[in-house]
Amino acid sequence: MTPLLQVDALKIGFGTAPAVVEDVSFDVMPGETLALVGESGSGKTLTCRSVLRILPEAAQLRSGSIRFDGTNGPQDLFNLSERAMRKIRGDRISMIFQEPMRSLSPLHRLGNQVAEVLRLHRNMNRAQSKKVVLEQFDRVGFVDPERAWRSYPFEMSGGMRQRAMIAMAMVAKPELLIADEPTTALDVTTQAQVLGLINELQRETGMAVILVTHDLGVVANMAQKVVVMNKGRVMESGSAADVLGSPAHGYTQKLFNAAPMIPEVATPARAMEHDDIIMDLRNVTKTFTMRAGGWRKPVTVTACKDVNLQVVRGKTLAVVGESGSGKTTCARVALGAEVPDEGGEVLFYPGDGADPLPVHGMTPMQRTAFQRQAQMVFQDPYSSLSPRMRIGATLTEPLDIHGIGTRAERREKAEEMLGWVGLNPEMLKRYPHAFSGGQRQRLSIARALTLDPKLLICDEPTSALDVSVQDQILSLLEDIRDRADLSYLFISHDLAVVARIADEVAVMRAGVIVEQAPPDTLFYNPQHPYTQALIAAQPEPDISRPIDLDLVAKGAGAPTTWPEMFRFDALEAPALRELEPGHLVRCHA
Amino acid sequence: MMLLRYAVYRTFTMLLTLWVVSILVFAIINLPPGDYLSNQIAELRATGQAEGVAKAEFLRKEYALDKPLYQQYLIWVGFIPGPLGFSGLIQGDFGWSFEFDRPVGDIVGDALWLTVLVNLSAVLFVYAVALPLGVLAAAKSETWADYTAGFVGYLGLATPNFLLALILFYYGHKYFNLPIGGLMSPEFEGQPMSWDKVKSILLHLIVPTFVIGTSGAAAMMQRLRANMLDELSKPYVETAKAKGLAPAKLLAKYPLRMAFNPFVADIGNLLPSMISGSVLVSVVLGLQTIGPALLTALKSQDQFLAGFILMFVALLTLIGTMISDILLVLLDPRIRYGGRGA
Repeated sequence: MTPLLQVDALKIGFGTAPAVVEDVSFDVMPGETLALVGESGSGKTLTCRSVLRILPEAAQLRSGSIRFDGTNGPQDLFNLSERAMRKIRGDRISMIFQEPMRSLSPLHRLGNQVAEVLRLHRNMNRAQSKKVVLEQFDRVGFVDPERAWRSYPFEMSGGMRQRAMIAMAMVAKPELLIADEPTTALDVTTQAQVLGLINELQRETGMAVILVTHDLGVVANMAQKVVVMNKGRVMESGSAADVLGSPAHGYTQKLFNAAPMIPEVATPARAMEHDDIIMDLRNVTKTFTMRAGGWRKPVTVTACKDVNLQVVRGKTLAVVGESGSGKTTCARVALGAEVPDEGGEVLFYPGDGADPLPVHGMTPMQRTAFQRQAQMVFQDPYSSLSPRMRIGATLTEPLDIHGIGTRAERREKAEEMLGWVGLNPEMLKRYPHAFSGGQRQRLSIARALTLDPKLLICDEPTSALDVSVQDQILSLLEDIRDRADLSYLFISHDLAVVARIADEVAVMRAGVIVEQAPPDTLFYNPQHPYTQALIAAQPEPDISRPIDLDLVAKGAGAPTTWPEMFRFDALEAPALRELEPGHLVRCHA
Repeated sequence: MMLLRYAVYRTFTMLLTLWVVSILVFAIINLPPGDYLSNQIAELRATGQAEGVAKAEFLRKEYALDKPLYQQYLIWVGFIPGPLGFSGLIQGDFGWSFEFDRPVGDIVGDALWLTVLVNLSAVLFVYAVALPLGVLAAAKSETWADYTAGFVGYLGLATPNFLLALILFYYGHKYFNLPIGGLMSPEFEGQPMSWDKVKSILLHLIVPTFVIGTSGAAAMMQRLRANMLDELSKPYVETAKAKGLAPAKLLAKYPLRMAFNPFVADIGNLLPSMISGSVLVSVVLGLQTIGPALLTALKSQDQFLAGFILMFVALLTLIGTMISDILLVLLDPRIRYGGRGA
């Protein structure tokens, strides 16, 4: 059998600089899935886009060959005219992108955008194309295809938009689908379902897939063949079973070790002692009122409801949930950035027998003291550091604001903190742009530490980072916690990350906590269908343990579709009950 | 249906704004001490012309200038009856110009429509020029086409309007036999509309349109180019490319639609800036628009004339903003469904 796509000795570069992708070769057989794996900057995205020749304007395909042997006979994509290339794009080879939020035009209806492919390549009129598109919408899982046809992208969730993207890519029945990190921006349960959908469609149509990803777990669930890339070169390639089963190259091994995994637990953990707590969220409910403008009625949205959480001194409490579950609102309320609705309060215990401080009813003096003791680490290390301030100024600013120490002492403190996070004191003079993502996250941790806080609130501190960097940052956070006797409130969407760092986990869904327990108990005996779905949806880098889609589907749906014991009646959630000591589940008795 | 409701709502807020503007206009005109008539009376007294004083005193009473300010305002707008009964702006009586000794309506009459005509054609010119040039400059950014468009644009921005007017008159007359000055040939002035008159007006419009519109077009073109460049780097453009769309069609369907919002939103701002900006040009070109009349009225504190013209400009602005708001709602579903999702 001849390969569908042959890429040979590909070389891509920018301007006169040395090539950023060099000597990359691989074959894709019909009906096969090939995974291009690597971290940011590995050249995997440039490589996959060069197949369709939609590269950034400054990038040049320097040498090599790209051969496509589809139903229309062999074609040389490297040298094909732009006009002939357009006939292939969207028809024989189509593509799905990483960000479903931004990859669809917000001003055109979904039907229009998807049917455009058929009008371009099949000369169909509106009625014909609509019929085909509605079938495709139905196939990718839209409950009401007519409605999807009329919808604008902003009316849909991320997962639904990615389904629409897939429908757009599939509607012309291509022979090759290129998926560039198709699930990276999605929640883990949505990711599992989207991957499952791509698998099914592939089985039905027999198309080949090039899957670009950084996640070995995704590779194990999808690919037959793997190409591991680093710094623009192929490190290792071969069948998925070989590469994942016994990685030969050191870099693959490194990726493997860094991949967060949910551990297999033999015994549940003992219940955690809640006697020395540092922060106490009591009955926190937060509703937002959205003004609709004009004469329309304002809409209220409940971001979180009846949340009770206690952070134990010296321990890590993790709050896990998908986007929109209310976890970030909880963190903002805890820090005093949002005021909870009446009836809720947040208490901060400074320790040493001092009286608790109500976070939302403090005098200005108390507030300053509280701000010194509770600090935050943000998600996006690129936008949370001012690009116009030197690192030195960024790190000494908190001390400056609180009027602590002399100039020399502040500087000394900043140098010390840089040492703590594993950076060199000479870096104080630099600007943020001179640092990588991981280094920047170290810097924002250092900034949070300069005031010697007791409590650190981390809002998805690793979700914008590569896996190997994520691993380092998690180790760093663990080190610092033990060294400075810190307590963490750790917000994340990723159970595997949490598995490693947390002493207790609260799983949130639709604004309420559905299950709460120490991680080992949670993994040993997950009770709630949503927790089970989260665990099942976690892709494992092991081809013998594929994602159990049924389990995911059972728990990831709307709370009104859960099994009767856990179901929400309309908007009323059942109560949170203690199943065993230290293990809370929201269910009917 | 929703659109209709929105239009009604916008009309309502527009009327409210217009009311606030009328208070402001009246207050500002009355800020300087004295008014046209008291100045005149003082002057007549000084020169000892008794019968003139009597007439001025009569006018003061007639137009209620002897009443407290708030009453003067209410009478001017037409909310309460004055010495002449209900006769204010809302009854269609625009007041009396003391400077010209004629009703304001008579003075502005034709000029009003000519002003609208000149500025409307200038706005059309702005859009007709800025749209293709802006798109071209963005699509071919950093090539000779972009640089040329940019150079011409900055030239248009930097050249003083009246200078441009004189240059265009000279060369326009020399090479194309275009008429100089005015908005129509003198023989048609005061005549009823006829085909020849329309032709004459159109011919006379060419130079003023160009002069008033150039700087606006240059600015708008640069804005459109910048917006387009932003949009061209968005992922949805790549999606469209991956579908196999041809470049020209792609450009028109996706990024241009997105870049259109600020373009449309500018309609409201364009009108007033052109009217105030075209005062000087109107004087230089001898256009019979309300610009020159506004200038004299403001200088001599001819309050009813100035007040009416300012209200008229405000009305044009508000109508412009309303048109652009309604167009935006039509163009952008995100505004249309605002509050129904992120």
